[in-house]
Parts: sequence; C-alpha cells; structure tokens
Amino acid sequence: MKQMTITPAAAPDPRKENPAMEQAFIQARGADVFYGDKQALFGIDLDIEEKRVTSLIGPSGCGKSTFLRAINRMNDLIPICRFDGSLTIDGQEVYDPAVDVVALRAQVGMVFQKPNPFPKSIFENVAYGLKIHGMTPSKSEMADRVEWSLKSAGLWDEVADRLDQPGNSLSGGQQQRLCIARTVAVAPKVILMDEPCSALDPIATAKVEDLIDSLREHYTIVIVTHSMQQAARISQRTAFFHLGKLIEVGNTKDIFTNPREEQTQNYITGRIG
Amino acid sequence: MINFTQDAGFGLRGRNKSEKRFQWAGRGAIAISLAFLVIMFFSIISTGLGALQQSQIAVTVDLSAEEVDPENVGDTSFNSLLKKSLRNAFPEVESRKDKKRLYGLVSTEAAFEIERQITQDPSLLGGPQTLWVTASDDADLYISGQVDTDLPEKQRRVSDAEIALLDKLMASGAARETFNKGFFTSGDSREPEIAGILSALMGSFLTLLVCFVLSFPLGIGAAIYLEEFAPKNRMSDLIEVNINNLAAVPSIVFGLLGLAIFLGYLGLPRSTPLVGGMVLALMTLPTIIIASRAALRSVPPSFKEAALALGATPVQAVFHHVVPVAMPGMLTGAIVGMAQALGETAPLLMIGMVAFIVDVPTSVLEPATALPVQIFLWADAPERAFTEKTAAAIIVLLTFLILMNLIAILLRRKLETRF
Amino acid sequence: MPDGTLIITRSDRPRWRDNIIIGIMAAAAGVAILVTLGIVLSLVFETIIFFEKVSITNFLFGLEWSPQTAIRADQVGAEGSFGVIPLINGTLLISAIAMAVATPLGLTSAIYLSEYASKRARDWVKPALEILAGIPTVVYGFFAALTVAPFIRMTGGQFGLEVASESALAAGMVMGIMIVPLISSLSDDVINAVPQSLRDASLGMGATHSETIRKVVMPAALPGIAGSLLLATSRAIGETMIVLMAAGLAAKMSLNPLDAVTTITVQIVALLTGDQEFDSAKTLSAFALGLLLFILTLIMNVIALRIVKKYREQYD
Repeated sequence: MKQMTITPAAAPDPRKENPAMEQAFIQARGADVFYGDKQALFGIDLDIEEKRVTSLIGPSGCGKSTFLRAINRMNDLIPICRFDGSLTIDGQEVYDPAVDVVALRAQVGMVFQKPNPFPKSIFENVAYGLKIHGMTPSKSEMADRVEWSLKSAGLWDEVADRLDQPGNSLSGGQQQRLCIARTVAVAPKVILMDEPCSALDPIATAKVEDLIDSLREHYTIVIVTHSMQQAARISQRTAFFHLGKLIEVGNTKDIFTNPREEQTQNYITGRIG
Repeated sequence: MINFTQDAGFGLRGRNKSEKRFQWAGRGAIAISLAFLVIMFFSIISTGLGALQQSQIAVTVDLSAEEVDPENVGDTSFNSLLKKSLRNAFPEVESRKDKKRLYGLVSTEAAFEIERQITQDPSLLGGPQTLWVTASDDADLYISGQVDTDLPEKQRRVSDAEIALLDKLMASGAARETFNKGFFTSGDSREPEIAGILSALMGSFLTLLVCFVLSFPLGIGAAIYLEEFAPKNRMSDLIEVNINNLAAVPSIVFGLLGLAIFLGYLGLPRSTPLVGGMVLALMTLPTIIIASRAALRSVPPSFKEAALALGATPVQAVFHHVVPVAMPGMLTGAIVGMAQALGETAPLLMIGMVAFIVDVPTSVLEPATALPVQIFLWADAPERAFTEKTAAAIIVLLTFLILMNLIAILLRRKLETRF
Repeated sequence: MPDGTLIITRSDRPRWRDNIIIGIMAAAAGVAILVTLGIVLSLVFETIIFFEKVSITNFLFGLEWSPQTAIRADQVGAEGSFGVIPLINGTLLISAIAMAVATPLGLTSAIYLSEYASKRARDWVKPALEILAGIPTVVYGFFAALTVAPFIRMTGGQFGLEVASESALAAGMVMGIMIVPLISSLSDDVINAVPQSLRDASLGMGATHSETIRKVVMPAALPGIAGSLLLATSRAIGETMIVLMAAGLAAKMSLNPLDAVTTITVQIVALLTGDQEFDSAKTLSAFALGLLLFILTLIMNVIALRIVKKYREQYD
C-alpha cells in the first residue's frame, strides 16, 4: 500500500455498511496504466459501490479520465496503452484474457464529454445498441424499448413527435440526454460518464444532473467531473486523484467538509488545480 | 452474476466470426491489388528481358579485292556477297525456296552491318573474314529458345527446315546471343530485330524539356500568386475551382485542344516535341500548382512576418524568405508532374506524334515520337518479336519513372527534416 | 537617421517593380482560366461546324455509329452515321465493369488501412498501392491486351462461353485495378475525417469494430465516399489508352461484358490519327465527341468536388 493512498480499510468500509458483501462492486487493486513509457496511474486501490454515484475529481491530467476508461477498457483503443494490476466488476476480472471487450462494454456503458449522437435519426440512435446486440425481436418491442429509454433519460416529452429527425438536430443538452438514453437502452450494469456536462450550458447541466440522480436507483454510476460543485450535488462518494495517484476516497460530504489529506484540502479550496 | 466472456449472450460468437471475416476481406482486397501489380511486373519483365539479348550469326564473307574494291567500298553489293557466303556455308541448300529461307535467317539489315564494320575497320579487307551479323527476328526466337518444337509445324513461326539450318549453325558455334546494344542506340525500324528506342527516348526528353520550361515557371508563379498575394474574391475562387477541375479533365481533351489551337489556329509544326511539350505543360500545370501551394503553405508564417517587420516589402519577404524554403517542395511537385507527363500517351496521339521515326530528333522542331507512344505503336505491330521490344521499352519507361519518383521522395525527405 | 525626423509615409523605393512582379504571377494564374477557355472554345467551335453537317439530334440520339460508310453516295455531307448512343453504351459498360472491380477492392482496402492496419503495415502498403496509380496507362493497355484478354478468352472458352478477343471485360477489369488506388486514397481521407467520438460512442456501447465501421463510420462517410466514387467514374470514362489497346473499334449496342465494344475516347483517337482532311464531318465529329466527354466528366467532377468539400466542412 502506498503511503499517501487511503486504503479501503481506512475509508468507511463498505463491508461494515453491508456485511453481506465480500467485495466491492467495482474494485481496483494496484491498478497501473502506462502510455508507452509514461505511467499515468500509480497503484490505484479503489472500491466503487453498487447503485451509487461515485465522482472522480482532481486537476486536469490527474488520471481520473484514464481510470474511468480503464473500467470498460476503452483504453484498449490506444495501441501504446497498457494496464497492470487488477480491476474487477462484480467479482469478474475485467482484464482477464477470456473477457470479450464487446460483452464488457455492452454491460458497462459510457457517456462522453461532448455529445456524440450518431448521424442517424433519434429513434435509430436509441435503437442502435438494441439492434447490434440483437436484443429485441419484434418491431413493437423495439418501439416500446426506445420509448422507455427516452423516458428514462427524461427526453421523451421533448422528442416524441419527431423521432425520425436526425439526432444532431437537437440542442446540446438534449443530445447529451439522447446519448444517455442510448446507453440505458441496452440495460447496462454500470454507466461511466466522462465530464458529461462540460459542453453544456447551466440549464442543460441541471437537467442532466437531475437525470443522473434519478438513474442512481438502477445503475452504478461513475462520473468524472472537473466541477466540485457538481460532484457535491450529485454523488454519494467522491474520489480525489492527483498526479496519477488516488489521494483520498470517501463519502462526498466528508471529502468536501472534512478532508483527511492536505492535498484534498488544497484542491477543494482552490489552491491547486 | 455478471459475465464478460464470449458466452455472455449478445450473439457474440457469430459477431466475432463476422468481425474476423470483415478483417480478412480487407486483407484480401489489398492482396488482390498487390498481386495484380506483381503479376503485371513479372509478366512484363520476363517478356522484356529477352529483347535485351540479341542473336547473331557468324558469316564468312570473302572481302578480297576481287569482291570489294578497297578504293570504292560503297559500290559493292554487300547483299549478294552475304547471300553468296550463306550459300557457301550450306552447300546442300539448292532449291530457290530453300535458298530464300536460308537468306531469311539473317536480318535484312545484315548487309548494311557488314558495310558498317568495314567502314569502321578497313583492315578487314583483303581476304575472307568471319563477321557477326544480326539474326532475323524468327531466327532469334529459335536461338534464344522461345520456339516450342513440340508444336505442329504449322502452329509456329519457324519451320522444320529453318530449324535444321539453325541447329547446324548453333552446333558449329556460328550462332550466339549478345547484349542488344542496338536497342539503346538506334531508332525505330520495320524490322523488330534492329528496332531501338533511342529516337523515342530523345523525343520524350525534348518533349519533357519543353514541358518543364513552360509549366514550372508558370506553375510556381501561379502558386505564389494564389497563396501569397491573391485577394480573396470571386476571381481567385474561380481560378481555384478551375485548377481543381483541370486536374480531372481527361488527358485526351488536352490533345484536342492542342490539335485545334496549337496546330490548327497557331499553325505550329505537327508531330514535334514543341507542340507535344506545350500540350503536356498545360496538363501538368494543375499538378505543379497544387503541389507548390502545399509547399508554400507549409512554410511557417513567422518567416514572412519577421521579414515584413524588418521593413521588407511583401514581394521581398516572399521571394527572400518563403520561396527558397518552399523550393524543394515545389521541385518535388514538378518532378511528379514530369513523371506524369512522361507516361502520357493519348494527347500526343492527337497532335500526330505517332509518326514512324527512324532518325533521332535533334531539335524540338523536328518530327518525333515519345517513349509511351513507341510502346503503343510496337504493341500494335503484328510481329511476335515486337512484343518483346514493347515489354523492354516498358521496362525502360518504368525505370525512368522510378528514378524520377525516387528523386522526388528524397527531396521530400530533405524538406521534412528541415523543421 | 540618428537625429532626423521619422518618416513613415512613403519610401522612395519604387513600388512599380513589386507590382510588375505580382502582375506577372497573376497572369500565370490566369493561364489556368485560359486553358479551360481554350478547351471550351476549340471544342465548341469545331462542334458547331460539325452540327452544320450532321444534325444534333442524329448525333445525340442516333443508334448507329459508322463514320466511314456513306448511307447514300449522292447525299451531301452524309459521310456516314454519327449516332453516339452505341459509344456511350460501350463507355458506360466498360466504366461500370471497372467500377465493379475497383469499388469493393478500393473501399475495403481503404477501410482496412485506416481502421485496422498497424502504422508499419500502412507505411508499406500505401506506397505500394500508389505504385498502381503511377504506372502509365499505356502499360496497363499492353498488359490487358497481351495477358488479361487472352486469359479471359481462354477461361471463358473452358466454360463454353463465346468471348471476343477484345472483350469489354478485359479492358474494364484492368482499368478497375488502375482506379483502385484513386478510390482507396480518397476514401481513406474521407474515413479518417469521421470524428473519433462517433467510433468511441459505438465501441463504448459494445459494438464490434466491424459493426462500428459498417453501421456508424460508413454511413457518416457516405457523402464523401460517393464523391470519391464519382471522381473515379469520371476518370474511367475519360481513360483512353487501356481501351484503345484492349477494347474494340466496332460500335456495338451491347451490355454483354464478353462482347467487344468501343468507347468515346477510342473513337476520338481512331478518327484523328492518320491523315485526314480537317473539315470533313468525320474529323469534326471527334471534336463533338470530345465536347461530350468534357461536359460529361466536368459535371461529374464539379458535383464530386462539391460533395467532398461540403462533407469536409461538416466535420471541421
């Protein structure tokens, strides 16, 4: 264990809150990530609880996005990127050679920084995942599922009458909620969000934040954010990264009111970042 | 329990298979294209190498004063002399038909070759001499082993009687294969065994010279203007669109332009490298302009700004500090353009550079042909031996193209390492 | 001027010299316009004279092309029939074969190179494909006539098919290979211009790489790819040497790839090589064909370049 890292034992132990659970839902142990010769993450030990919102915060370049993308192996797309250590979801090792990244990503969805709807209709955007995974046999089932997803994303009322219009004809905030609808359509267990509101105006941000809060009931959500206020508003747990290391993790309220580490204190008071 | 393996559902096994198929389709497509390239190169090179070898036949000619007047060599009929020595070599040949066949073993140029050898070395005169002369195209096919004797006689160009004669020559060491120097040192001919590419090469060189002299200054002038000085208005937009479209106009249309304007309206001499070069210059202009503009754009603007800040006029700044840096890039573009022009055939056909040219042209105003046109002409010729010549000419053409492209690549490398 | 006043109004350097230099360079740029003008004027001028001898409707809609034979010896100006339809038929047949070969090969190569190939493989394969584009067309023509056409004839013969020795298939196939690098390099640019964020979105949902390419990247790249295919088609229509050496001379209305057909470009060369009087309908018809070819390819190029430009702006 690295000295600066708050070990899971020192943080509020999930096992105490939920004695039946032997292992955290998502659990990283000694996770290192390298880009070529450069190490981006140093021995991350982090537990993420099921059906909670966990924020990853820290100054830019601290490795929070790298960690997020390590969870569904999006880093595999970068040829020089390498992962060491262990990362499990529900007890399954993500970096096991037997793992099929397609199966992994079908169950661990992702929402990106900039809204990126496909250049297809709104309906087709949401139906995309259902179609590629062969999840809905009949047309009416498909329509029901799309409607349900758009309702889950709080977008249904705004787009119900124009499902055949292109996804990028929507406003930025609507596009991002469309991307979330697209993700929840395939019923993932985990949703990863990489600064989902950074390209949105405050009103659109508020809507997406409300949505995230309502999704917590069904999904485990990990969100990277550069906004401490946002982390405070929407997440139950917060992890603070700095220079590729996990400095502190705990209940969001504790992190912001009573951080144990000086670096965390400096960050949330604006002295570093 | 979550399952992340291939067995997790989602139809993964089938999808992974189709992923593999998709990748193999890509590899297959590339392999097909490259295989075609290899087959084409192999077929042309293996056909053309034969033309670099030439068969010769040794004849013993009586050059005593009786036959050849040393004072007046030109008066001798070397043709009958040659026939006589052939008859002497094969006394068994008697019928008229067989004699004709015997004479056909050597090239129709063989008599001139004997004369030429005597002019070059008068000491040969005075007695019988054994001289090597070029074999005819059919004899060459047999000597170089390209005749399939298993075929029935009617299906091959060399008859059994000829084969008997040639076998005797080969057995006595009177037939040999040598490097075909004549291919590079003589002009076109109706006789495949002595046809060479020098006239076509020279024609191509003169044409490219005219093309370069016209298109390079025009091209870089236009590029510098458009990139550095042209106001952004409808006129410069029009020129821009124009250049892009010109680059895609079929080459034969440029030939029609040359025919109607350079030959018809301006009355310039037909079939000449001058007109050919002018037509090719118009064709390569877009290539040079587009490449030169890219080269100019890659020069950091700070170079020009620094000069301007020191009080240079825009023209000075551009010519002293931007153009020299962009020069290798512009030259690269010009070489690529010239390589294109070297391979161009269709427009030259339009302005009459398809003439049968034996003499090597020495000026841009003499009728000439060009290497690719020569290839086209030979490819059309019925004699089997011209096929070999065609392939050999293609090898020469490709060699020049490869050299030009290599120079362009080296120049580009030099440019890239500069910043 | 250590103690003089600072003069920033006019230098005494002559301005006119700079202006002359700029003027000369502007004139060089103007040559590009002159060339287009020259093409259009020379073609239009000769074509007008041609249409005085042969009616424009006969030319555009006539079903027979035989410029040598007279219909009636006494008829003035009627040296033969000048119906262009069989030539268009032949041109389109060969171009269609070429595109049928080049499109799948070029597109799949481009997809593999831009989406799957390692940088090392790309650095080798791309220049190797470019070689195909740098080979003079006369070389392809020779190869088509010498090797490919007899091969197709022989293969066809084994299946009991009647194959013309100058079949459209031979010329079209070889032309297709020639066009592969054009399609693959243009499509490569287009595919690379599709934003990575779209790929991420699809992969992030658990689509396989090929599903992402087929269902997201290709639809997004479709306009650009259509543009590049259009440019390639225009190139095939204007190609001369391959068809001159490997396709036929006789105009025939046929859609059978095993038949010998002739093309616009072949006829232009056939009409203008050798000695000819400049004012005969036969000679002039070559310019009418040239104008037709120019207009046809120009329209395709303009549309293609516009599509590609618009497509680039969409993702810039």
